[in-house]
Amino acid sequence: MSSPADRLVYMANQIGTFFRSQGHDKAVPGIADHIKKFWDPRMKRAIFAHLDAGGTGLEPNVLEALTSLRQTTSLPAAH
Amino acid sequence: MSLIEEIDYGTPRSKSETMVTLTIDGNEVTVPEGTSIMRAAMDAGHQIPKLCATDMVDAFGSCRLCVVEIEGRAGTPASCTTPVMNGLVVHTQSERLKKLRKGVMELYISDHPLDCLTCGANGDCELQDMAGAVGLRDVRYGYEGENHVFAKSHGEINAAWMPKDESNPYFTYDPSKCIVCSRCVRACEEVQGTFALTISGRGFDSRVSPGMSESFLGSECVSCGACVQACPTATLTEKSVIEIGQPEHSVVTTCAYCGVGCTFKAEMRGEEVVRMVPYKDGKANRGHSCVKGRFAWGYTNHKERILNPMIRERIEDPWREVSWDEAFSFAAARMRGIQKKYGRDAIGGITSSRCTNEETYLVQKLIRAGFGNNNVDTCARVCHSPTGYGLSVTFGTSAGTQDFDSVENTDVAMIIGANPASAHPVFASRLKKRLRQGAKLIVVDPRRTEMVESPHVKALHLPLLPGTNVAVVTALAHVIVTEGLVNEAFVRERCDWSEFEEWAAFVAQPKHSPEATAILTGVDPQTLREAARVYATGGNGAIYYGLGVTEHSQGSTTVIAIANLAMATGNIGRPGVGVNPLRGQNNVQGSCDMGSFPHELPGYRHIAGDAVREQFEAMWDVKLNPEPGLRIPNMFDAAIEGTFMGLYVQGEDILQSDPNTKHVVAALSAMECVIVHDLFLNETANYAHVFLPGSSFLEKDGTFTNAERRIQRVRKVMSPKNGMADWEVTIALAKAMGFEMNYRHPSEIMDEIAALTPTFAGVSYAKLEELGSVQWPCNEKAPEGTPVMHIDGFVRGKGKFIVTEYVATDERTGPRFPLLLTTGRILSQYNVGAQTRRTENVVWHAEDRLEIHPHDAELRGVRDGDWVRLQSRAGETTLRAEITDRVSPGVVYTTFHHPDTQANVITTDYSDWATNCPEYKVTAVQISPSNGPSDWQKSYDEQARHSRRIAPAEAAE
Ligand code: SF4
Ligand code: SF4
Ligand code: SF4
Ligand code: FES
Repeated sequence: MSSPADRLVYMANQIGTFFRSQGHDKAVPGIADHIKKFWDPRMKRAIFAHLDAGGTGLEPNVLEALTSLRQTTSLPAAH
Repeated sequence: MSLIEEIDYGTPRSKSETMVTLTIDGNEVTVPEGTSIMRAAMDAGHQIPKLCATDMVDAFGSCRLCVVEIEGRAGTPASCTTPVMNGLVVHTQSERLKKLRKGVMELYISDHPLDCLTCGANGDCELQDMAGAVGLRDVRYGYEGENHVFAKSHGEINAAWMPKDESNPYFTYDPSKCIVCSRCVRACEEVQGTFALTISGRGFDSRVSPGMSESFLGSECVSCGACVQACPTATLTEKSVIEIGQPEHSVVTTCAYCGVGCTFKAEMRGEEVVRMVPYKDGKANRGHSCVKGRFAWGYTNHKERILNPMIRERIEDPWREVSWDEAFSFAAARMRGIQKKYGRDAIGGITSSRCTNEETYLVQKLIRAGFGNNNVDTCARVCHSPTGYGLSVTFGTSAGTQDFDSVENTDVAMIIGANPASAHPVFASRLKKRLRQGAKLIVVDPRRTEMVESPHVKALHLPLLPGTNVAVVTALAHVIVTEGLVNEAFVRERCDWSEFEEWAAFVAQPKHSPEATAILTGVDPQTLREAARVYATGGNGAIYYGLGVTEHSQGSTTVIAIANLAMATGNIGRPGVGVNPLRGQNNVQGSCDMGSFPHELPGYRHIAGDAVREQFEAMWDVKLNPEPGLRIPNMFDAAIEGTFMGLYVQGEDILQSDPNTKHVVAALSAMECVIVHDLFLNETANYAHVFLPGSSFLEKDGTFTNAERRIQRVRKVMSPKNGMADWEVTIALAKAMGFEMNYRHPSEIMDEIAALTPTFAGVSYAKLEELGSVQWPCNEKAPEGTPVMHIDGFVRGKGKFIVTEYVATDERTGPRFPLLLTTGRILSQYNVGAQTRRTENVVWHAEDRLEIHPHDAELRGVRDGDWVRLQSRAGETTLRAEITDRVSPGVVYTTFHHPDTQANVITTDYSDWATNCPEYKVTAVQISPSNGPSDWQKSYDEQARHSRRIAPAEAAE
């Protein structure tokens, strides 16, 4: 079984794939909005941590979307 | 309370709007043109004697009991087959008519047993009633002559006599009581659409016969019960009535099985159900039913039902029966303990699509307000969550657009990834009726389903490879756009034109043509083109779809593609058209409406929206968490990771219904407190620490919302066998956790829902009492509800076209796993089968079978009925093979009703990109001959048996 981070990267890229055909300018905010709306805080924290560690495996649009999302998100502490 | 007697008008209602006036027995009557004299008389309150007519089927005119006299006409016409005309003067009673009727009755009775006192239909027999009505006092002919009544006559074997057929588990056929009125035959044809019955022979020899003189069980009969309802005598009678006797009161309620939401009369004797009879006023079913709702309610008092709360320290321990109080405080202490140790977000819950709206609402309230997080999800996650996403982004609301009556105006029905004949049988019967009137049918499904094969129906079948829905629907759009079949006026007026243009340019690309995609989809381009033309130009086009659309990694994309198709052809916003998800379980729609999704409060409003959240905070008097919670698959991941440790599951069996069983087992085993609230020790309960017994739909009040958004009452007909209705259990658990909820009756819960949810603002129990049911939105603008949505404009404003690019799933076939497995269901079983397996329905489906094409079977040396090993990347199981060409080469199919099969050991955890709805419908597999159950099945079985032990009660002190 893949690691938790791998699974999140996979899910994020799947979202990226749907938006790909809408072109970069619509795709990036579309991806960011989708993750913002549907992911729980621990998932967001984990993917942001992965982003900080270099964001390996994330498609360019997804990487960009997550980077912008992190700037506008303030998550409650883990506990 | 008394027995609800519905009026039988003798012949069906005429839909004509032209009115006709005539005189019957001196009274003027005005009725729609096309009405029979019999029905017009009944309208005026005059019941003409009848035997072969009943208003569920067309008149046949064979018994001649319903004769009348019409002034100026010779003879005595049958009133059931004679239509009204302006100015007719009709007499229903005269010396001549009396004599004729007596003569008819005399003949019937002379060939009918006179065991009325001990007959099962005593008190509910039309033959008996008619004998009384016509004043029959003596019968001149004896039984000496030819008859069907006695096994022997004059010491000889009577060849005309036939023994009872008891093969159907729910009703008997006693030919000696048959008057050959053919009502059953017509009901099977016209209402059910199965054509299982015929009248064989002629004159005295004519008999009702299932199939070619088969038994009922051995015939095509699907046990819907329509013939039993239609039968005026004891010939076709429910076994429960024979056993218990006639009911004395009845209560109108709603079937708890599927999303059709049939209305039934629960006919009772005290607190014992005698039978369930479909209710003619039910707006979803119009008096029809299927085998599940009509007959399969025996599970409610099955011996395996658990009636006492139970707890245990560890899942290895046997269960210990305890008091409710002890169970609640044990559960509460554990859940609060977990939150202390792992954080507030470490627990959550799952609402049920089988429970009522009120119960679902309470569970999500407990989680959001009591647990203090939004970790609430529902089993709709694993079936229709992509519908919610797809329809809300395109149309602006996450629900089907039509009511079921709409199908009566449909000219072209396109069914994608659904098999209504099995999963939504009453809707299928209504659709088939329309198809027999000439509407066209397109079926997009990997399998040749029962719909494709139904009698007197010709379907255009597009047998696509599993996983290629988006490619096929986009190719349909390609044909519609490139052949100029778009309804431009509609699109310009109702949709965003520039988004449309972008979409049209996208689908028009040659790579989306049927010819170019055929290599992926396996669908013949010519058939696909024809289907697109028929849908776009054949009149009212309606799309119905099911889990074959949603349960894919591109589930949401397909829903969007379907919405695009309907908008481009203008098939939205009037009767006969629309986009309609066929919901699986009875209250999937309701559980979604009630805020069961982690990101949405009731009424589909995002939890991050301050205005809406503050309304709930004010009403509930707590601060709510604005961040979305975990979805079911995310909960499992988090459990394995160690951050999600406690779960309250109401009325769902996630272990059996969710994909990749091994993953689910690992997740559940990792948790420190699993609370299962259910009727039975289901598979999930094998991993639970607390078991709270549930109540059946017969034991509580509430509402269900069916696939047409119709809110209908569930009414209590007996006291909860476990002592508490499910909503009361949730309240008590909340209280033990320190969160008070105060309701005295579910109607008060509905009032709170209405106060907080604009689309429900007009809903109350009083309104449901008055109207029978309402379809949301029900508010100031639509006080009686909304049968058809998006009539003058889309809920979101302009309809939104979104491009849908086909992306192959990552679950691929290859040399090791060359076949594609897809899953589905069958008529007699329901979902994970927890209920139906505990009824006589098992006679139709004792085990899950693997359907495989003869070609693939031969290649692997598999014969019909052989055990085979079914292997995927996720796991393996064994089951028996059924060789059939219903599936294409390369595709295999199975159902998932039985826990021993464990079909979900095979399914993977790939899921829909938008909603994480699991990809049940595509799994790459290999098949090989086998001798019996796999090691996993054996060890699973062992664990299950071990886990279900209940410690003997300790002696009271
Ligand atoms: S139970 Fe239904 S399917 Fe079976 S014979 Fe009667 S009407 Fe036909
Ligand atoms: S079985 Fe009942 S409904 Fe059918 S022909 Fe006989 S009496 Fe009529
Ligand atoms: S299972 Fe569905 S179709 Fe059958 S009776 Fe119940 S609601 Fe109706
Ligand atoms: S009821 Fe009219 S002929 Fe039988």
